Amino acid sequence: MSDSKNNNKRSQGKSPQSPTDSSRRDLLKGAGLIGAALAGGTPGSVIAQESASQDQGEQAQLREALEVLTSEEAETLEAICETLIPSDQNGPGAREARAAHYIDKSLASHNLEDRDDYLISLSAINAWSRQNHSAAFATLTADDRESVLQALQNDEVPDCSPGSAAFFNLVRSHTIDGTFCDPYYGGNRNFAGWDLLRYPGVRLSASEADVALGAALEPSHESAYDNSAYTKRLSTSGGGSNGNG
Amino acid sequence: MDNNLPAADVVIVGLGAAGGVAALPLASAGLKVVGLEAGGWLDPSDFAPDEIRNTQRNWPQAVQKAAGEAPTVRATESDVARQGGHPMMNAVGGTTMHYWAQSWRLNPWDFNVVSATESRYGAGRLPAGTTVEDWPFGYDELEPYYDKVEYTVGVSGQAGNLQGRIDSRGNIFEGQRQRAYPMGPLRASPFTELMGGAASNLGWNPFQGPAAITSELYDGRPPCQYHGFCNKGGCHVQSKSSTAFTTIPKALATGNLEVMPFARVSEVLVDDEGRTTGVRYIKGAQTYVQPARVVLLASYAYENVRLLLLSRSAAFPQGLANNAGQVGRHYMSHHQGSPVTALFPHDLHNWYGLPAQGVAIDEWADDNFDHAEMDFIGGANLWVHTDRKPISAAKMSTFGEARNWGSDWKAFIRRNADRTNTAYIQKTTLPYEDNYLDLDTTVKDSYGLPVIRITARYRDNEKRIAAFAQEKMEQWYRQAGAEKIIKSGLGNAMGASTHAYGGTRMGANRETNVVDQWGFAHESPNLGILGASVMGTSGARNPTLTVQALSWRTAEYLVNNWRSLTA
Repeated sequence: MSDSKNNNKRSQGKSPQSPTDSSRRDLLKGAGLIGAALAGGTPGSVIAQESASQDQGEQAQLREALEVLTSEEAETLEAICETLIPSDQNGPGAREARAAHYIDKSLASHNLEDRDDYLISLSAINAWSRQNHSAAFATLTADDRESVLQALQNDEVPDCSPGSAAFFNLVRSHTIDGTFCDPYYGGNRNFAGWDLLRYPGVRLSASEADVALGAALEPSHESAYDNSAYTKRLSTSGGGSNGNG
Repeated sequence: MDNNLPAADVVIVGLGAAGGVAALPLASAGLKVVGLEAGGWLDPSDFAPDEIRNTQRNWPQAVQKAAGEAPTVRATESDVARQGGHPMMNAVGGTTMHYWAQSWRLNPWDFNVVSATESRYGAGRLPAGTTVEDWPFGYDELEPYYDKVEYTVGVSGQAGNLQGRIDSRGNIFEGQRQRAYPMGPLRASPFTELMGGAASNLGWNPFQGPAAITSELYDGRPPCQYHGFCNKGGCHVQSKSSTAFTTIPKALATGNLEVMPFARVSEVLVDDEGRTTGVRYIKGAQTYVQPARVVLLASYAYENVRLLLLSRSAAFPQGLANNAGQVGRHYMSHHQGSPVTALFPHDLHNWYGLPAQGVAIDEWADDNFDHAEMDFIGGANLWVHTDRKPISAAKMSTFGEARNWGSDWKAFIRRNADRTNTAYIQKTTLPYEDNYLDLDTTVKDSYGLPVIRITARYRDNEKRIAAFAQEKMEQWYRQAGAEKIIKSGLGNAMGASTHAYGGTRMGANRETNVVDQWGFAHESPNLGILGASVMGTSGARNPTLTVQALSWRTAEYLVNNWRSLTA
């Protein structure tokens, strides 16, 4: 098995959060070389790129193109995500994990069928906010946001699609997807979601000793796609597509 | 216009768990076999440890033929049938690419439910309206084929009854086996040790269930790496004993199997006497006719029934092999619902587990306990396993301890993400008079062909087993230290299932069964049918190994009786 080899390679290229990595990034930033360095395409570059641009500031606006939502819708959605999974004494929340960014992208792909529900419901939630709290949802205080989302969950916000409580369940489910997904999909930035759950991360193999450690196992902090095993075809024994047809 | 292809000896429709096994004895015997498969070839690199892709995006299940022809479901004829998802996938290897791979033999009782119930408890104990029959043979007839499949595809496990010698490390209720499993069971984990110990304290007999997953180097394939994405994810190192990595490559190596991917069979062709002459299939913008001396349908219960009902002819105006009106009858979705979920006060260490790594209890399955005072027959196999992934963990129940969002919830999931477990409970499910499959009257696939409609619901017998099993499961979890328990509902409509049985039932009586005891149609002798659609009872455990043993047996019978079956 090649797993131990891969593990070694991975542990060198991993940890966007480690001091060495961020100081390396600072150096690159200073030299204006980030783009050039990332274009080199080392294993882990997908995630490194996300992290590098995200490090520009915790409160930065979405920097990527929005694929489905308008800027106002994205702002509303991000505020909803942040209220569902707030940043607090247990660490970063859905905003830091960039769950809204994940949801925007997913509405152009695997959650395409939910697109209209988002556009209609985000507008309805803002209307409700203005009516009951005299301001758009994203500008409300944390307490007022909570009361709006509680009303949404209680099936009290009119004009949502497919309905108030149903949209609450939908956006809650997608916020969880975006917070705890593989970072390849644009969420779970800096592995905030996996660290929150004390999940030690994806790996190709787990030994009995790894399992015995449980949450004490050192987090792998990498995407599935940091392993070339999942982006290139392995030369495998037996079977495979070399059969006829 | 049809493109006419050179004739084959045998055409197999579907190269999954069933067809992928049958191809090997046929090709090994020198028969020229064409395997038509609606999906394509997949590789270990296609199975990433990625919950979005595997579970949320449902890849690769979503990009396939089955998704466009998912059955519609209704509990009774007065309900509106609605289309849901299709549980199976199209690929060379079929659903064995990503299944849980639990590979049980049925218990001997499952083969003679009617006669065994009557002899132990007297007449009148079968539930009202059931159409259950004894199988045309008993466990002993299938034992050699179970053995062949366990060794050929590679099944790991612990024998519980080796040539009559009972071994409590395995299932003490299993039928007698002639050989041990070719590999020992998958490894234990802190959670399986915890649950095994609790079961022993209750006086039950816990054991690690069998899995078509390598526990050691086997036939050139490495052992399971326990990376935690086995469920719906397929195996990145070919430890899962899919037919795509076992029997199909072996059949290809004979030079007698041709695999045709992306071929969607639309009709089975018959002559005026009602003998099959081949199949018509669609591939891209072209249609083809593949003539064959024998047709083997191996396309899963829904599609087997659908193809028969779509194949109308002068000889079979109600659909192929359906002059007795039995195609679609005796349908069952296995009762696998009504789970029990537990919350423990400590981590369970399940992040790197899999559905086939677990602990089974068979005390309350089948007729392994006295039913004299029970208001049902049959029972349930209890199974706890180690599968755990982050998104599904975050969506866990809050057990009433917190609102399901906000800071309190966040603290709750941080503490409990690895502290909850849901049992998998498989129950005896019986066929009933008005549970059946037919063609939907309005919903069609992209070619305008009607999809299958399921009209079926669970009855008192299944619901009583479910309630009984939930009590036993709660007792087990509590013994292991669980502090909170949630039990879900007992079931109503039978949805589309990965465990779909019946529709082309096997039996000697041609008035109540579609295929004979060898798997060939009573009404069309060179048409064989493979898959759980021939099974008349469900048992209380996963069907795949039984499907594969039956498929091997049907293929071997075909080889041994080639002249008479093709005369």
